[in-house]
Amino acid sequence: MSDVTGGIDMDDETEGVVKKFMFLNRKAPYGTIYALEALEVVLISAAFDQDVSLAFVDDGVYQIVKGQHTKGIDQKNFSPTYRALEGYDIEKLYVEKESLEARGLTEEDLLVDVQVVDSAAMANLMAEQDVVISF
Amino acid sequence: MLHIVNKSPLERNAVDSCLRLATKGSAVLLIEDAVYAATKGTAASAKVQAAMANLKIYALAPDMEARGVAGRVMEGVNLVDYSGFVDLVAEHKNCQSWL
Repeated sequence: MSDVTGGIDMDDETEGVVKKFMFLNRKAPYGTIYALEALEVVLISAAFDQDVSLAFVDDGVYQIVKGQHTKGIDQKNFSPTYRALEGYDIEKLYVEKESLEARGLTEEDLLVDVQVVDSAAMANLMAEQDVVISF
Repeated sequence: MLHIVNKSPLERNAVDSCLRLATKGSAVLLIEDAVYAATKGTAASAKVQAAMANLKIYALAPDMEARGVAGRVMEGVNLVDYSGFVDLVAEHKNCQSWL
């Protein structure tokens, strides 16, 4: 029995294994539920002490744009949660440079500290993961 | 005709198709993720800017504010609120949604 696994018995082979998980975000927030769902799963993953990283590509970069005010559309503004990820030891946030540029955005337009990487570097980051989960 | 689009111009081709098939003098209302088409400096901006010669472009302000892009609105785009949305629907003989 283990407290970490919530009382679920894990055999010796799986216990303590740390895998590299990447959560790939490619959708804009609010128009669909993907961005919010991704955030929920990322927070859950933090409880399992895994090597977690987040990637923001294509319209996914819009998730972390500063100055979101959702009162007018009657939806929860979940953007402050990205800044709270640090508190869960999730500090690897990667943004594809080409996706930012195609949207007229710069790193200064983002609400959280990220590493801006070009497509080639992003490709390498993806390739080195054990698990990539897409939203 | 009032054309209503709700998909991001950088993810789907709904904005493209709408701009291609909307006739001169028509109105296009950008809502939800389509409001990104009303922002300047994107890969889709030039196409939307060019379309303004023939079409009247509107964008739903609450959707722009929610996404943090209200400050990036392209010149020539008319911002409307929800009651403005209703007025547009009422003013036009018919509407077409580009899903």
